[in-house]
Amino acid sequence: MSFTEDQVRRYARHIILPGIGGEGQRKLMDARVLVIGAGGLGSPAAMYLAAAGVGTIGLVDFDRVELSNLQRQLLHDTEDVGRPKVDSARDRLADLNPNVEVHAHKILLSSQNAFDLLGDYDVVVDGTDNFPVRYLVNDATQMLGKPLVYGSIYQWEGQASVFLPGPDTPCYRCLFPEPPPPGTVPSCAEGGVFGVLPGIIGSIQAVEAIKLVLGVGETLVGKLVLYDALRNEFTTVRLRWDPDCPVCGKHPTVTELIDYEAFCGLAPGQAPPEAEQTPSAREA
Amino acid sequence: MPVRVKVPTILRAHTDGEGQVDGEGATVREVLDDLEGRYPGIRARLVTDDGALHRFVNVYVNDEDVRYLGSLETEVSDGDVVSILPAVAGG
Repeated sequence: MSFTEDQVRRYARHIILPGIGGEGQRKLMDARVLVIGAGGLGSPAAMYLAAAGVGTIGLVDFDRVELSNLQRQLLHDTEDVGRPKVDSARDRLADLNPNVEVHAHKILLSSQNAFDLLGDYDVVVDGTDNFPVRYLVNDATQMLGKPLVYGSIYQWEGQASVFLPGPDTPCYRCLFPEPPPPGTVPSCAEGGVFGVLPGIIGSIQAVEAIKLVLGVGETLVGKLVLYDALRNEFTTVRLRWDPDCPVCGKHPTVTELIDYEAFCGLAPGQAPPEAEQTPSAREA
Repeated sequence: MPVRVKVPTILRAHTDGEGQVDGEGATVREVLDDLEGRYPGIRARLVTDDGALHRFVNVYVNDEDVRYLGSLETEVSDGDVVSILPAVAGG
């Protein structure tokens, strides 16, 4: 695949950049990245991936844009309020970079459809807003053998990491073997969230996704970055693979997707405590 | 010099909003007990009734998860940084 004249100009700063170059830019253009949740984290992640020229970007979200989203979700404009998020997000990404093919999936991600959907992509970026979908995405990427770029936020603080499939490197369940009991962790809707915070964490997710595609640098595999906006402090801690992990451990006991609402202590169809509706690929 | 404890946003309601507090003790458990004395309720957010760490909270001494050290009996010394990492799901 050769570059058009427009592409050479558009990607000039990457093409001359040691670590990317023409070869790396082609890798990005051939890459398929799925962003789960077109909200706070998904906004900067998807926008930087599109700007970087990632060839195919999938967006999963079932929600519509609300006015209270716009304080942080830069994929959406004031005039988008009421539209499906994946539609306004697709428009934004097309404006940013018409070379990018955007697949808008307006669905509730579930154990029934996760393999079909995630299977089409090389890298998965987790920008969801609830525990059931986070465990679902973790397990599905482990079982499918896909890298997962994790990010999560609360009020003024965020976390990010990279989970590779297979043993020897940790997954989300190695980090948090069990979800907190329902109702103990307030949602962004209940506890508020600093609008710029997902901009930082979602951008870190874009960085990691791009490095995974390029195969350059050191990713956040086996490490967790914590960012405290109030203290302006980044802390990196070590994550360890848990040989007893039920999904990626030596003797996995969870070998197919389960009922993640039940796992998180929720009745079927019951709203997770941190979200307003059914667990979905919605983000806060 | 005591141990420095980094308190995540979600637990700062217990520490009068402080993101970093000092704790005294020779082990993580003693430090948490010390905090409990000044910030009642914080221990139950981290430790079960049986005295084990909740599985949705991680505690690090410097950059190492105490689950891979001595759990709550992990020894700490002056100047160590204890970080509390709760599971959060916002996106």
